[in-house]
Amino acid sequence: MAIRTQTIGDPVRRREDPRLVTGQALYTADIPLSGALHLALVRSPYPHADVVGIEADDAAAMPGVRGVFTGADILPTLKAPFPVASSPSGGAFEGLQLPGSGPIADRRVRMVGDPVVAVVAETPQQAADAAAAVWVDYRDRPGAGDCRAALADGAEAIYDAVPGNRAFRWDLPANREPDPAPVVVAQDFRIQRLIPMAMEPRTVAARPDGDRITLWTSTQSAHRVRSSVAKILGVARERIRCVAPEVGGGFGAKANLYPEEVLVPWLTLRFGAPVRWAATRTEDFQTTSHGRNLFARLEVRADESGRVRHADLAMQFDCGAWFSRPGPTTPSLTGTMIVGPYDIATAAARAEGAFTTTAPNEPYRGSGRPEATYLIERMLDILAGRLGLDPVEIRRRNLIPGHRFPYRTATGLTYDSGEYERALDLALEAGDYAGLRVEQARRRAGGGKPLGIGVACYVEICGFGPWEAGGVTVEPDGSVTVRSGTSPHGQGHETAWAQIAGEQLGVDPARVSVLHGDTDECPRGIGTFGSRSAPVGGAAVFTNAETVREQAKRLAASLLEAAPEDIRFAEGRFFVAGSRARAVGWTELAAYAASEESPDDAGDALTSDTDFRPPSETFPFGAHLCAVEIEPETGEPRILRYISVDDCGRVINPLLAEGQVHGGLAQGISQALFENAAYDADGTFLTGSLLEYAIPRADMLPAYELRRTVTPTPINPLGAKGIGEAATIGSTPAVVNAVVDALRPWGVEHLDTPLTPEKIWRAMNESQAQGEESESD
Amino acid sequence: MNHRVCLKVNGEARDVEVEPRLLLCHLLRDELGLTGANIGCDTSQCGSCTVLMDGKAVKSCTLLAVQADGCDVTTIEGLAGENGLHPIQQAFWDNHGLQCGFCTPGMILTAVEILDRNPCASDAEVRHGLEGNLCRCTGYENIVKSIVAAGARESA
Ligand code: FES
Ligand code: FES
Repeated sequence: MAIRTQTIGDPVRRREDPRLVTGQALYTADIPLSGALHLALVRSPYPHADVVGIEADDAAAMPGVRGVFTGADILPTLKAPFPVASSPSGGAFEGLQLPGSGPIADRRVRMVGDPVVAVVAETPQQAADAAAAVWVDYRDRPGAGDCRAALADGAEAIYDAVPGNRAFRWDLPANREPDPAPVVVAQDFRIQRLIPMAMEPRTVAARPDGDRITLWTSTQSAHRVRSSVAKILGVARERIRCVAPEVGGGFGAKANLYPEEVLVPWLTLRFGAPVRWAATRTEDFQTTSHGRNLFARLEVRADESGRVRHADLAMQFDCGAWFSRPGPTTPSLTGTMIVGPYDIATAAARAEGAFTTTAPNEPYRGSGRPEATYLIERMLDILAGRLGLDPVEIRRRNLIPGHRFPYRTATGLTYDSGEYERALDLALEAGDYAGLRVEQARRRAGGGKPLGIGVACYVEICGFGPWEAGGVTVEPDGSVTVRSGTSPHGQGHETAWAQIAGEQLGVDPARVSVLHGDTDECPRGIGTFGSRSAPVGGAAVFTNAETVREQAKRLAASLLEAAPEDIRFAEGRFFVAGSRARAVGWTELAAYAASEESPDDAGDALTSDTDFRPPSETFPFGAHLCAVEIEPETGEPRILRYISVDDCGRVINPLLAEGQVHGGLAQGISQALFENAAYDADGTFLTGSLLEYAIPRADMLPAYELRRTVTPTPINPLGAKGIGEAATIGSTPAVVNAVVDALRPWGVEHLDTPLTPEKIWRAMNESQAQGEESESD
Repeated sequence: MNHRVCLKVNGEARDVEVEPRLLLCHLLRDELGLTGANIGCDTSQCGSCTVLMDGKAVKSCTLLAVQADGCDVTTIEGLAGENGLHPIQQAFWDNHGLQCGFCTPGMILTAVEILDRNPCASDAEVRHGLEGNLCRCTGYENIVKSIVAAGARESA
């Protein structure tokens, strides 16, 4: 049977699934650990307070309790600050403050959920009981529930070393003096705080293994956790094996370092026994990083035809109580992406960040690109409304044309490749935009539920370096091993990487095993975030496999006694040009490579592990179209059609790419309509469980209609751009534009998200304009 | 005082002594080593912990282990038969109905009940039937597709 030699691009079913659909997969909570102790944490119920007393004797005496520890026991033993502080590289961050707060409170708590006391017991129930019996005396301090409160005059300092609570300023000055333009439009935006909410709450376990420890954690970046934990505990990196086993979602929030990732191995060293901690959903909501959460004012200047000439963005960014990674990246990404897919001559952006007494606010699916896209896409609709232009028309007038790539933006980025208008055309055609407008006019004239049509174009940045690992080895039996530096939490790397290596080597992907998420098995890696796996990690697999193929050619030449340049390769076999009958395959080559006769210069034959270093980032793009209907009695919006056109360059596996789009759409739509993580003015957390925080159910979301264009990137040899975040980015503005469009007869120009039925109902019932007075487009 | 609970799990009779407050999900996961049912929340809303009890989909975090006394419990580990995957498991695999997989055992076992009641369930009926199960990865599209496809196969 002929071997399929082309597997990149096939909709291969996931090899991960059999273990997952049968319950055999092991998440961190499932790893068998005999004799494991269990950690429960006493956490602050207050946003900001001094810890003036801890009474834990009763707890320590309870059944099964093996130890009770406070900051006084733990902090003096640590060898490096937590979190690991360093300034973000590049960018004009000024006065960045990175006060280390420690993985457990040192007489001061700064958010609801800050750990204060660690209780270790023989069962999880005993640990929880004992934690409940610990008595902590707090002296309340004023807190700050958002960055404006924290930056207000006279606000209580959250860190003594940071009076005024300003965490940083970031400034991107205009690339040149903006040209004068007659139309100036400005709008204030409040982008709400969101909880990423991976379904698997964060979980950490550790076990002593001789003089090493194995650390399992529900993370997107096992290698980074290992380095940080080694530094903080003061042990050699080699003594820690960090494993990200099955990981139940991440969405950016599991790319950070968390206190429990330090506390659990600390306790393991202390007890010489396995220790496990699993967050409850409430602990997870309180302490796992949140995202978005921005005050922004965007001003654009345009000419009367709707050509935007200049964009100016001012942001206030809420950092939460501490950075759970080296520093902020979201504000600068928002600022540099503010021009979107449009040819805007000049732009300027600035941000100030503040510490607040809330959970850390860090990258969440898209980080910066959803914010930037939402701002510019909303603004284009507002501008179109002011100028009496159709929203599609204003976009056409501003989109970067295909012949301008690579395109240098006013903010200093270089967009790699794009056919932006083609994506827009496809979305309009698939959704019958013209037909929808006719129906809208009919309803506006003749009654019927208000119908709104929203369009959003986007471009995003992904494939961040500086490097990623993806080693490829042909084993003595001719099978292939891939060692991946990026590890999945639902994306399907095992399937996709096997397709890449399989195609490059002409090997059935079933013969390729993919190792990941284990610092022993995969010596180097950065991790999975920012849609970097395919364009950086996948590219590493691609290039290493190519190297192995070249090595094999040399071996084949020696084996077949021919010159290397005469060796041909097809369907996984090597032969001398013109004599295909005498071909050798991977099994023979692998045996030969391992044998005495193999030429000396083939010492490391059939293995390559060179990191891929992308020369630049990649820029996926697309266009989304949403039709929404409003229930006039209740203000409830219902999505009638959702069309998502996404171009992520070359697609490795369309099944997986579509899955990423589906999930991204759900989260972006949900930001538009449902989710809102709330703190009160002081920082008391109001949405600490699924009772208060609206994760959408199946019947709250529409069916999605997907289309694709393919514009490969020249940045990596695979041609892939990344797809993990794209649909989240396009969908929020498409939905909001649709709802606001439905409300145009009521004179509504903008509403902040989430667009709850109440907010929509109020807009319809409290505005001056009357819905009955229809307006024509 | 501990209680004795006799139940059948995946066809096997089990006889265990439990604390009265022990939840069924903890009995299954911690005492019986069946970690397929996942714990995703503390307010009985996510459905990750769903198992079948006497054929009905129940959230094992909302039941005490003692309430399962005398019952027949099927977890995701016990769903596949002699001849391989259950048709719903197969349909999830075929239709990319899962990503991180954390919600999947609960989704599949809930789907068993949905299709038991109505093998020809429509998209809308399936979506309604999944109201007790959350998924954060798939946007539900392929979960619905998987369940409808499994129903169509069963009733074909
Ligand atoms: S764990 Fe049972 S419903 Fe969430
Ligand atoms: S597949 Fe990840 S939560 Fe459903």
